[in-house]
Amino acid sequence: MLKIWSMKQQQQKDANAEGAGPKKKKVTAAQLRVQKDLAELEGTLGRTMKTSFPNPDDILNFTLTIEPDEGMYKGGSFHFNFAINQNFPHDPPKVKCTQKIYHPNIDLEGNVCLNILREDWKPVLNLNAVIVGLQFLFLEPNASDPLNKEAAEDLRSNREGFKRNVRTSMSGGAVKHENYERVIGK
Amino acid sequence: MVKIPACSKTMRQNIDKLPRTYLDNLLSKPGPASDPDWVPGPETISALESSKVLGAGGLGCEILKNLALSGFKDIHVIDMDTIDVSNLNRQFLFREADVGKSKAEVAAAFVEKRVKGVKITPYNGKIQDKDEDYYMQFKMVICGLDSIEARRWINATLVDMVDMEDPESLKPLIDGGTEGFKGQARVILPTMNSCIECQLDMHAPRAAVPLCTLATIPRQPSHCIEWAHIIAWEEHRKDEVLDTDDPEHITWLYQKALARAQDFNIPGVTYSLTQGVVKNIIPAIASTNAIIAAACCNEAFKIATSCNPFLQNYMMYSGDEGVYTYTFDTERKEDCPVCGNLARNLTVNPNMTLQDLIDSLGERAEAQLKKPTLRSEERSLYSQFPQSLREQTAPNLSKKLSELVVDGEEIGVSDPAFTIAFKYKLIFVS
Repeated sequence: MLKIWSMKQQQQKDANAEGAGPKKKKVTAAQLRVQKDLAELEGTLGRTMKTSFPNPDDILNFTLTIEPDEGMYKGGSFHFNFAINQNFPHDPPKVKCTQKIYHPNIDLEGNVCLNILREDWKPVLNLNAVIVGLQFLFLEPNASDPLNKEAAEDLRSNREGFKRNVRTSMSGGAVKHENYERVIGK
Repeated sequence: MVKIPACSKTMRQNIDKLPRTYLDNLLSKPGPASDPDWVPGPETISALESSKVLGAGGLGCEILKNLALSGFKDIHVIDMDTIDVSNLNRQFLFREADVGKSKAEVAAAFVEKRVKGVKITPYNGKIQDKDEDYYMQFKMVICGLDSIEARRWINATLVDMVDMEDPESLKPLIDGGTEGFKGQARVILPTMNSCIECQLDMHAPRAAVPLCTLATIPRQPSHCIEWAHIIAWEEHRKDEVLDTDDPEHITWLYQKALARAQDFNIPGVTYSLTQGVVKNIIPAIASTNAIIAAACCNEAFKIATSCNPFLQNYMMYSGDEGVYTYTFDTERKEDCPVCGNLARNLTVNPNMTLQDLIDSLGERAEAQLKKPTLRSEERSLYSQFPQSLREQTAPNLSKKLSELVVDGEEIGVSDPAFTIAFKYKLIFVS
């Protein structure tokens, strides 16, 4: 044991750490990482996305709003709830759409099928990657990995019809006997 | 055929009376690999006997038994679990009559009774219940934890405890873990070599199936169970929190999964598989646990006595395709959020405003932060970005530090110009 300590002193000979004061709560590794990730969003959010924090002291829980300015979902305002736990970045953030929308990769409960949110998540990825991924789902909805099967089938078989159904659903109408939430004109 | 004699009562009494000859031999004369500065003899032996060590977690039975039999006399054990019938096949300190009791308490009582002269103090709860004052009493910590979250917690705690003025504050952390036929043992000297947070990227993420596969075309029984777990529960019982220890909840998931499996003609969904998938139960093999626990306890013994060099610093054991072990020295990560930048003391006037503090950080030689974002554990003090957070935290800029933090509180400061966060402990001086 003493040997280890002398190694330590050797290693840190020049370090000038001072004595300890009373012990207080520490900023956690997950908080520091999220703080860094949020700062890096500066170039990403732009005009089409914004975040809001119900409790500004809790940066692990927030809402992301995406307002696509092109593509089939242009004009809509889509809200995603981000819930990050203390095991981030080992665990991915939990992301859910808070509205009921008509989208092949988002089910009626708001679950999102995005590879980096589940099977392809790695600690080297960051919030920026997730947010860019979500934005991409609105520009290029993907019929080959469906979570809402009817919507995917619709997109695959009749792209123009699908576009019309997206518009209907976005203005709060019903598609195939399912009512959707109005997400435009806010 | 080899006949193994049963251990009779008289034999057992003899074992207890045996002086620990071999152990004492090892600690009484230097060997070819022992450190030239090492002084063997009674001093070393008493150092071992007085080493207070802490063991915790799933490898606990093996670790506790090994520590007690290698001469450690003052052992504390923490475990939050109670004994389940399914533990009895490998956790040999427990009997059928113990089912439902605290693992820590039963294990401590068993080993204390079996190994004369050892004192074992159990704590039935989480490692997170204890604070730095508690961990300060030990010579070292040996962990066989079952989650990465718990490992990160104990690692951060032990790294933060290191105080240059106090040699006793450096607590070696020995971490073991197994999964099926694979395992690892590592020795962490907090702040001196790579810590668990530095090595976080090395952990294989939990295998997950794409959500769309679960929702559309399941192929495996586990897909049906995951579907029930993630999708069906949300749809039908959204307002209830799923408790994986509640038999009613597991039964509900099992029935949903079974119905789905029948729709897709997938055999193999059972109640116990449902439990396994939902609780993420990793197969535990008794002998892998024994190998890893043995490696950990030998390192503890060598560190406590200095009799031989210890592991530097990671040993992987792979027994799933033949047997392979490899030992390598993982490097510290410069930008590790836990050990990369230790908290520095910063004396501040509690009457200065947050804006004043930010301005002074820009002038400090080691930081020179241009656009710092600051937070304490409880509060976002000031965020540069996103805009909404900047607007919400801007009113803090004109507040006095004493309104935002308490004396001695730690703050984390990050800046886009640096990959690593700085940590400061604010010491109030008026």
